[in-house]
Amino acid sequence: MKRLMQGNAAAARGLYEAGCCVASSYPGTPSTEITEEAAKYNEIYCEWAPNEKVAMETAFGASLAGRRSFCGMKHVGLNVAADPLFTISYTGINAGMVICVADDAGMHSSQNEQDSRHYARAAKLPMLEPSDSQEALEFFKRAYEISEEFDTPVIVKMCTRIAHSQSLVEIGERVDDIEVPYEKNIAKYVMMPGNAIKRHPVVEDRLHRLKIFSEHSDLNRVEEGRDNSIGIITSSTCYQYVKEACEDLFSVLKIGMVWPLPDEKIKAFAKSVKRLVVVEELDNFIEQYCKALNLKVEGKNLFPIEGELSPNIIAEKLLNTNNSGKKLNETLPPRPPVMCAGCPHRGLFYTLNKNKCTVLGDIGCYTLGAVAPLSAVDMTLCMGASVSAIHGFNKALENYNGEKNKKVVAVIGDSTFMHSGMTGLANIAYNQSKSVVIILDNSITGMTGHQQNPTTGYNIKGDPAGKIDLESLCRAMGFNRVRVVDPYNLKECQEALTEELEANEASVIISRRPCALLKYVKHNAPLKVKVSKCIGCKACMKIGCPALSIKDKKAHVDNTLCVGCGVCVQLCKSGAFASTSTSSKEGK
Amino acid sequence: MTTKNIMIVGVGGQGSVLASKILGHLLTVQGFDVKVSEVHGMSQRGGSVVTYVRYGDKVFSPVIDKGQADFIVSFEILEAARWLEYLKLDGQIVTSTQQLDPMPVLTGAMTYPENLLEKIKATGLKVDALDCVELAEKAGNTKAVNLVLLGRLSHYFEEIKSEAWQEAIEFCVPKKFLELNKKAFELGRNA
Repeated sequence: MKRLMQGNAAAARGLYEAGCCVASSYPGTPSTEITEEAAKYNEIYCEWAPNEKVAMETAFGASLAGRRSFCGMKHVGLNVAADPLFTISYTGINAGMVICVADDAGMHSSQNEQDSRHYARAAKLPMLEPSDSQEALEFFKRAYEISEEFDTPVIVKMCTRIAHSQSLVEIGERVDDIEVPYEKNIAKYVMMPGNAIKRHPVVEDRLHRLKIFSEHSDLNRVEEGRDNSIGIITSSTCYQYVKEACEDLFSVLKIGMVWPLPDEKIKAFAKSVKRLVVVEELDNFIEQYCKALNLKVEGKNLFPIEGELSPNIIAEKLLNTNNSGKKLNETLPPRPPVMCAGCPHRGLFYTLNKNKCTVLGDIGCYTLGAVAPLSAVDMTLCMGASVSAIHGFNKALENYNGEKNKKVVAVIGDSTFMHSGMTGLANIAYNQSKSVVIILDNSITGMTGHQQNPTTGYNIKGDPAGKIDLESLCRAMGFNRVRVVDPYNLKECQEALTEELEANEASVIISRRPCALLKYVKHNAPLKVKVSKCIGCKACMKIGCPALSIKDKKAHVDNTLCVGCGVCVQLCKSGAFASTSTSSKEGK
Repeated sequence: MTTKNIMIVGVGGQGSVLASKILGHLLTVQGFDVKVSEVHGMSQRGGSVVTYVRYGDKVFSPVIDKGQADFIVSFEILEAARWLEYLKLDGQIVTSTQQLDPMPVLTGAMTYPENLLEKIKATGLKVDALDCVELAEKAGNTKAVNLVLLGRLSHYFEEIKSEAWQEAIEFCVPKKFLELNKKAFELGRNA
């Protein structure tokens, strides 16, 4: 029987069936579950790498050694891994190598909306784009065949709606393990100019042969429609939206191999229809390509370049239908994501806000420190940028304004620090800015759903692994001032902040407490408000805790959310909070 | 059969993932083509969340568009209101009467709209509202609101037998929580 499978789980099944042996990735929504699911197959060695560049180079090494390999990442992760990507294109591979990149149109959980298809063109690599879970499974297997046939890494591009949608899948068996013995080949694998010059024509020739493959492959197929007034070129989740909106009314050229694109197939398709329309999310990638083929084509004149498309948007433009429901004539308060009750980041961000610090932030749950009422983050760019940017910020001020700025700090999570913060810290140590870097060590990669990292002491399967000691690491880089605080303790946070901002050298504060959602974390009993003592001053409301509200002018604790972290207690001058520790919820 | 659309809306952490898992399994076993779509990551942290469940002979889009939902199953009234325009004009809302203040309300920047349930009902759309938190508590744990809601929803699927729902729950729920979840389902179904 067919089974319902998430796109990412189906991709992992594809890895398993294809005989993939080594998978190395860094978590990133919406790509994370591919590697998590792959780790459930004992036949595949899986790991979380410190970042995407390391993951890609690890996968390359495994391919070189002769085993089919994989690395997965979100769109912005491919920026980090772009360096090896462009040159693995030159060396080619030994055993098959597949790279997955997952885009996030609509920015459900990302800092930008970049279109990863440009990477396939820029790095001259084949890219496949599945449109549901079954295709995810099949395309991953096909990707290994293409990889080995054409001596190239193959990129499989997912998107949020393919990665995180479940659809029916027929599974198969794993192929026998493939081993391609490593053979020394300096001309192929050592990319110094003399060798790389000779590899570039090989890349161009490969691209040419891949184009012929793309012309004849069933990955790009025409589905005849009932009338030829419009012909639609589309791929990925947009294919599903087109079929949902138009059923089999118009002819569709479904693109499964989005690079290189099949010129002749596109031209013949254009000829067979009266009006050619490209339906694609984000950039006008296919549309521009058609224009370069001198075809009259529509696309972004009809559909937005920003955000996700949907069946309604397509129906509106191509069928002139308008679907909508009833709307309330009422302003509804938005419900943005918030830091969880008991989140260890809260106490620290409260302290930063209270001291009116300039906070250079980073990527993770703590980006939510920018949300009111904490409003404590001034900048978020990309992984690791906080640590590099504070150095530049302080250098600019120290050199041109004369003295150390005593308000600016960088904040970065433990996993993000391992990903890209260490090199920025090395710059501070080396070029000597008096920067204060706060590592928010919640002992897990939080935002992507609790993945282990090099500081946690556990591997992807939850088994004991190497553990990097942050204090020793920072000291080894030359930091004399390294201290640890408990973010639940506001007094401790304040003292550390004051002293380190005053210090005449760089320092690292490690704010350490495990994520409140981790299963092993023991919580206190929820708090309650002694209504007679509460004066309704709202001091406790400054920390933006979702468990706290004001009811009838008095503070109120939602005991289904409160984990008794006690940060609010430290803000209350009236002693209005009390533990419910006599209740049965103690120690839960 | 034309494709049927169910939206599950609520606040991150309320248990919509289990509800959609049970629905997905149930409908797959019934022999339908099924697609279930949810969003992970940042919005899960106490934000507004939505899950799409679609089934029929052949399902294309993984998401449900405005004016297309046959059912909106809601954990919270403000969220039912937020996604209201996704409902077909003859669609059915099944909602818990729980109200959870979002952060802009907690901080006092905005207010939770008054009489929201009445305003939803006044649109003429079909609304089935019940106190699922109370029923979940009765079943043994307030966290079982998802199964109470699912029980209530099951009431609208005459063609799917009670045993099939039971089997789907048994398949998806860990053994130690099975009793609680089954009880919550029954309380919702018979409410």
